[in-house]
Amino acid sequence: MPDFVLFALIAGIGVATVMGATGVFVVWRRMAYFGDTLAHSALLGVAVGFIAGIDVNIGIVGVCLFIAVGMVYLRSQRHLAEDTLLGILAHSSLALGLVAVSFLSALRVDLMSYLFGDILAITPTDIGWVYGGGTVALGVLAWLWKDLVAITVHEDLARTEGVNIIRTQIAFMILFALVIAMAMKIVGILLVTALLIIPAAAARRFARTPEQMAIFAAVAGSIAVALGLQGSLLWDLPSGPAIVVAAALIFVVTLAVPIRARAG
Amino acid sequence: MSDGAITAPGPLVSGIGIEVKHGRRTVLDNVDIAIHRNELVTLIGPNGSGKTTLVRVLLGLEKPGKGSVTSSADLRVGYTPQSLTVDRTLPLDVQRFLAMSGISDPEILQKTLTSVGASAVFNQEIRLLSGGELKRVMLARALLREPDLLVLDEPTANVDVHGQTEFYELIRKIRDERGCGILLASHDLHLVMSATDRVVCLNGHVCCSGLPDAVSRDPAYLELFGEAASAVAFYSHDHDHHHA
Repeated sequence: MPDFVLFALIAGIGVATVMGATGVFVVWRRMAYFGDTLAHSALLGVAVGFIAGIDVNIGIVGVCLFIAVGMVYLRSQRHLAEDTLLGILAHSSLALGLVAVSFLSALRVDLMSYLFGDILAITPTDIGWVYGGGTVALGVLAWLWKDLVAITVHEDLARTEGVNIIRTQIAFMILFALVIAMAMKIVGILLVTALLIIPAAAARRFARTPEQMAIFAAVAGSIAVALGLQGSLLWDLPSGPAIVVAAALIFVVTLAVPIRARAG
Repeated sequence: MSDGAITAPGPLVSGIGIEVKHGRRTVLDNVDIAIHRNELVTLIGPNGSGKTTLVRVLLGLEKPGKGSVTSSADLRVGYTPQSLTVDRTLPLDVQRFLAMSGISDPEILQKTLTSVGASAVFNQEIRLLSGGELKRVMLARALLREPDLLVLDEPTANVDVHGQTEFYELIRKIRDERGCGILLASHDLHLVMSATDRVVCLNGHVCCSGLPDAVSRDPAYLELFGEAASAVAFYSHDHDHHHA
């Protein structure tokens, strides 16, 4: 196996594991469109990173957090419906990102690789980022897990039982921004949400507990990465979309698997 | 106090002069309320009368614009919200739901579930429970916290009449056995009136309060509930088997 394929596989599985475990909350809490919005704003983060001369990943995390906080603020104003607000933020931040990147053409920002991912260009440094960031993300997720599940079931009930809602939600936002920055390299901005929700959706029918669903989602995502990479090498497909197609196929296959009736 | 139970006199929780506005609408206006240990207080009032808001204020989930809420130190609260919908994508069975109270010993969970008459659903998915089963499971989760104060918001909404009678008997039994204070918000009148120690009749402000008997004769109560109130009178009349 050539080195670049090995790097791609290692990084891809790392990212898919984190995304599967985070993605279950995106599904449970109906945050798919919110995830899309943060992903769209990531391109603006790339531009900010270049312009400010800082690491692109830090730019992405920063802009995602800014958008997330902006979203929470706008929602509290209650002027517009949530999906309208998300649409405005998603498209204007993507457009702003595209405009900003066009000014940077001298720096040769490879737009396609940001939009659709370029997993085959992964370097050992990127792997370091993925596993460093991934370990932090999984650690934060494990720390938040019980409280997040409690809030997902019923926010007021969780609060009367002593869960700190604000702290938990802010921590989850930061986690989300971190995961999107990691995932961009693999599947690209336009397909990030797919790797968050498709493996989680595929895991649903087989899981009996929230934890099982997260683990199954991580496994499904990792298999999708392996299959997508394989397809990408065999048939010269674009790698990011190939991974998402593989995830979608896994989801379709899970629909066909019969499951024993859940008696008491 | 070895078990940390609150035995000091004075209310478990009280609100004085509570005012809440949602936008320009005044939801609660100058409301006073107090719940003591070993007391079952029922909050009645039509839909939109501010019952849930008052419950949320007393629980500290919502800040009042004016007035103050005081609760005794180390107050343990058990709460059952008016409704609870678990998203169908979230796999969660009753045992796990109960364990979210902080107690995970399956034996204690099963015992508590049995005490509220829902032992059969221990391994069921939460979202597949009937309305009545879910209310009992929620009550079990609240009881697992060994509450000093039990707050039940519309505990019998979506429960049939027979189930409602049973549920109120259960709540009285809990009060008798545990000696906790209970605040119960409800808009169905007749069962509430027979099962409670003190009634607070709410319609943005406190219309009247006191013993169920006194409240049911209060002009403010009769005006607020009109036909429904006389239906209750008829209901108790019917069961007394005294014919005028």
